Amino acid sequence: MTTLDQVYENKKATVIDIQGGQRIRQRLGQMGIHPGDIITILRYGALRGPILIEIHSSQVALGRGIASKVIVEEME
Amino acid sequence: MRIALAGQPNCGKSTLFNSIAGYKAITSNFPGTTVKYTETKTHINGLICTCIDLPGTYSLTSGDPAELEARRHLLSGEVDVIINVVDASLLCRSLELTLQLLELEVPMILCLNMMDEAQRKGIQIDAQKLSNVLGIPVVPTITITGKGLKELFIEVVSVIEEKKKGQVLKFSKDIEAIIGELVSILQMEWPVEGKLPSRFLAVKLLENDEFFVKEIKEADHSSNQVRSFQERLEQIHGVPSDEVISSERHALAMNLFEKVSAVIHPPKKDVRITIDHWVMHKWVGYLILAGIFYGFFNFIFGIGGYIEEPLIGLFEGWIGHLESFFGKDSLSLFLSKGVLQGIAGGIAIVLPYLVPFLIGLSLLEDIGYLPRAAFLMDVFMHRIGLHGKSIIPFILGYGCSVPAVMATRILEFPQHRFMVSILTTMIPCAARITIIFGLVAFFISPNAALAIFALNILVVAVSGKILSLLFPYPEASLGLILEIPAYQLPPLRNTLKKSWYRIREFIVIAWPILILGSVFLALMEYAGVERHINWALSPLTHLLGLPTSVGTTLIFGLLRKELSLIMLTQALGTTQVLTVMTKTQVMVFTVFVTFYIPCLATIAALWKEIGKKGAWVAVLFTLSVAIILALMTRIFLGIFPLW
Repeated sequence: MTTLDQVYENKKATVIDIQGGQRIRQRLGQMGIHPGDIITILRYGALRGPILIEIHSSQVALGRGIASKVIVEEME
Repeated sequence: MRIALAGQPNCGKSTLFNSIAGYKAITSNFPGTTVKYTETKTHINGLICTCIDLPGTYSLTSGDPAELEARRHLLSGEVDVIINVVDASLLCRSLELTLQLLELEVPMILCLNMMDEAQRKGIQIDAQKLSNVLGIPVVPTITITGKGLKELFIEVVSVIEEKKKGQVLKFSKDIEAIIGELVSILQMEWPVEGKLPSRFLAVKLLENDEFFVKEIKEADHSSNQVRSFQERLEQIHGVPSDEVISSERHALAMNLFEKVSAVIHPPKKDVRITIDHWVMHKWVGYLILAGIFYGFFNFIFGIGGYIEEPLIGLFEGWIGHLESFFGKDSLSLFLSKGVLQGIAGGIAIVLPYLVPFLIGLSLLEDIGYLPRAAFLMDVFMHRIGLHGKSIIPFILGYGCSVPAVMATRILEFPQHRFMVSILTTMIPCAARITIIFGLVAFFISPNAALAIFALNILVVAVSGKILSLLFPYPEASLGLILEIPAYQLPPLRNTLKKSWYRIREFIVIAWPILILGSVFLALMEYAGVERHINWALSPLTHLLGLPTSVGTTLIFGLLRKELSLIMLTQALGTTQVLTVMTKTQVMVFTVFVTFYIPCLATIAALWKEIGKKGAWVAVLFTLSVAIILALMTRIFLGIFPLW
């Protein structure tokens, strides 16, 4: 288990848990990110910029801070 | 009869609204373009109704002010029919909002939009099956080309006539049991004024929705009971109650999605993926960003300069004729000169730059480049103490400061809105860009104009740092969460329509003011009043080393920024500025006008969005920044004469 900001580009990961309270759960939930969902990490921005992910066939940019709150299990 | 268009951001609500109402709402390929609602009276197939375009909302949970606006409308009980617009290519996620809308128990239609995009992704949707499950009509459309709209309107009329409400889909049994208990308590102890269905309320309370929990706490004593219901859910599922409900709804949406759709073929190798690979690349992306803005700049200057030059010569000739026709110092000479200079300013100086600028901006918006720019710029925005999403108001600020200030509603925290609102007013709007092009690029050199734009970005960044030190706020904000929509190639017609919508704003509102202002100034000159204003402002103009006669133009610039430019030619008595001002003076003048006090319309917008205090801070802050920068420009060019 690791956090979303630790997964390499072009890897997939399953969301295990979202830490950091109701607000962040809500915000990510609205984007379709819930425990059990599969996320593809598309790319990292330069200089610790945001992470671009794919979730349910839409692309979402997440700040590193938020990504570090998403606990995931990397998929092979 | 009130019809509301509701849906997630960037699903095409405003495009649909425009095809119902004529072009009245700005659209772009950008989540969060609509931050306040627009409504219009219209008739659909002979039925007279009011149609409301709501800001996009991902869910009916509390969110940023733009989303709250949408939610306030939907919950007000004044909406008779909801058209739920859904991006078919994102059906799975969008259904979560649809399920919540159904809980409102208002007659509803599902507009399955962007069918072409879904097809490209290889998703096939059985609209009939979806309609059967939800109990509401489902109409596939492509609003951008107008496909399916006729069918949609027919269904709207029949839903209105039948008052047909949809099915509220049920959660798992154990959750439904708890909801049921809460509903019966609510119905007994907290009779809602018949506006909101009690099931909707019960679910919101279990979700621990800030707004409703607060409301019920104020209303009576059952808030403890609400907590105990939440606890029961938490005990069964082992996670917070809001997560129980949202996961449950998510699962419902996923099941439904799987039931009604099939991925018939994997998405074709899309060139857009390759494009994005470079556009959002770690460093190539920044080169492209710089290249786009440099290209954009040359595009505007190339077209504008080409047109401005001969037109200025033409008008200059006519103004010369006026003198010989009316005779020196006659009132009619002053009047006709005022009118002609106002017209000349619009045609020769403003429009040649404004038109290519607005077309270019609309194109960038519609293609969907702006969210990519936000992705690239996020890290720099954080460096100056701002949220990554702030880039959106900033980019809009290059068009007009008023929508830019309003766009700060996509930011969640008032402190952020305060800062970003003030900073966006310092971004040169279309009017000020015209001044930079018409004066500096045209009379000095394109590079000098580029320098002003670069200086501007630097100053905004430094100001961001300064403001965040002056008005510190707790770092409670979440980082960036921004949807990056797929690129779109909208029909050129739409882009041109939008550009025209914005250009028309100049022609019908700003231009008459410009002409009137020009005449007014000519009259003041004739009566000798303008001397007093210039005298009053002489400490400032003197400090900056500008001709005293430009004083009045700065006052007029507060009404409309373009006025500074038109008035300048009027005050100087010629469109050939360089015959009466040095290049350094032109540069100092432009720097000052670029940064100083926002125009009246913007001040009004600031007042509304961040309050009286905020508007004052903006006025004083921008004025001091402008004076300091103009003075620095003067000193710098005095030491290093570049021309």
